[in-house]
Amino acid sequence: MSDDETYDAGYDDWLDAVEEGEAYYLEGPEGDGWLPPRRVDPATGSRQLTEKRLPETGEVETFTVVHVPTPAFEQDAPFATAIARFGPARITGIVEADPSDVEVGMAVTVGVMETETTGDRAVVFRPQ
Amino acid sequence: MTDVRIAGVGLTKFGASPERTGRDLFAEAGLDALDDAGVDQDAVEALFYGNFMGELAEHQGHQGPLMAEAVGVDAPATRYEAACASSGVAVAEAVKNIRNGERDVVLVGGAERMTNLGTAGATEALAIAADDLWEVKAGMTFPGAYALMANAYFSEYGGDQEDLAAIAVKNHENAVPNEKAQYQREISIADVVEAPMVAEPLGLYDSCPISDGASALVLTSEAFAEEHDLDAPVSITGTGQGGDLMALHDRDYLARSPAADEAAAAAYADAGVSAADVDVAEVHDCFTIAEVLAMESLGLFEVGEGISAASEGKTTREGELPVNLSGGLKAKGHPVGATGASQLAEMTSLLRGDHPNSEYVEGATTGVTHNAGGTVASAVVHVLEVEQ
Repeated sequence: MSDDETYDAGYDDWLDAVEEGEAYYLEGPEGDGWLPPRRVDPATGSRQLTEKRLPETGEVETFTVVHVPTPAFEQDAPFATAIARFGPARITGIVEADPSDVEVGMAVTVGVMETETTGDRAVVFRPQ
Repeated sequence: MTDVRIAGVGLTKFGASPERTGRDLFAEAGLDALDDAGVDQDAVEALFYGNFMGELAEHQGHQGPLMAEAVGVDAPATRYEAACASSGVAVAEAVKNIRNGERDVVLVGGAERMTNLGTAGATEALAIAADDLWEVKAGMTFPGAYALMANAYFSEYGGDQEDLAAIAVKNHENAVPNEKAQYQREISIADVVEAPMVAEPLGLYDSCPISDGASALVLTSEAFAEEHDLDAPVSITGTGQGGDLMALHDRDYLARSPAADEAAAAAYADAGVSAADVDVAEVHDCFTIAEVLAMESLGLFEVGEGISAASEGKTTREGELPVNLSGGLKAKGHPVGATGASQLAEMTSLLRGDHPNSEYVEGATTGVTHNAGGTVASAVVHVLEVEQ
């Protein structure tokens, strides 16, 4: 089942931006970075959030190889899911690599993929 | 602050009963709790009920009144939802309700029907406890989220799969005499580390099972317990709840659970105790790594040291601080909406001396329960003390 029919403003806008090579994050007054949609900076409670360009390269901070997926990723498993840091923002994504090659500290770029199971868009990390 | 008495407890057997409805599960637990308390259902002034995935598993919302009806209680009934901490939150709210003098007798508990969804369906349902946009759409599963925390823990503090396996082995051993437990059988370290992977480094035996079940407690004011001469030696003396950002990647720490730190600090302050006073703990070990994070948040072990507590024998039933004598979520089972209140039910029995594992905590006065929701964006801690 595809949920492509539902457009989530903020989230899908961000995926569009990534596909166009214009990935961004929302920066709070103290330099913390977040993903949209947000009206408030969780770190300070401030409503002053500014769009900033996401650094080209991020670094994998932790990862796992998912063997038992949700039904929406049935044909994609096994795959590596990672949390990577891009400057002040952290992002969760699927690593486009052989799961056995993924490691902490790996440099990655962020992109958008279509999953094998549903064809839905998903955040992907591509090793540098 | 007024203490709240636990007058009675009730649990179904946790396990796979896919044909049983949520209402039947909760009726069994609720009626057992009322019988255990010696309190008539007509005395119950409200139901506080926890449930997580009722809409997905049973196409059933608005479960509060349904569950009150199932146990014959004619009183206001409200469902609380905080993922796997749903009935822990329900207990916390019930305690506040009695303390503020609004009511003297409440029924609190939870239920979850899960196995009728199958493994894939339950995995999908559990995943809704995570951030749908930024985690689930990126392939994250619930085991996957805890696996990310486990690998972050290993990177930061050390430890390995065998340390985690010792937790599973311990909790399975504890569950053997517990007739309410889903898995009353021992497993070995080899069974755990050689099991099929769910989300590396967590394998099948690092993970709690998918379970059906229900739990219930009859809580009363001290005045009611005394007036009606109830045999209710165990009190809830402290309650605390903490919160955190929803998505793991937005948190300050990937290998710690600050929401549970907050909940523990609040509960200890409320009870006037410290971590050093705790004799026994029931913690939310949905995955083996979760027991480590829980114990560290409770202050029972320093950050970075909880990983070896089980393998060094400190938290086994013969150890200095037994953890999860019920078998924990790992072996007792985890019908998510029932879990939080079930921890208090097990702890009450342990402290009263009528639990099959009470012999390992003879003389214990203070127990703590720790219930977590999601990747610990919600956490509830309760302190229980028994009259000597």
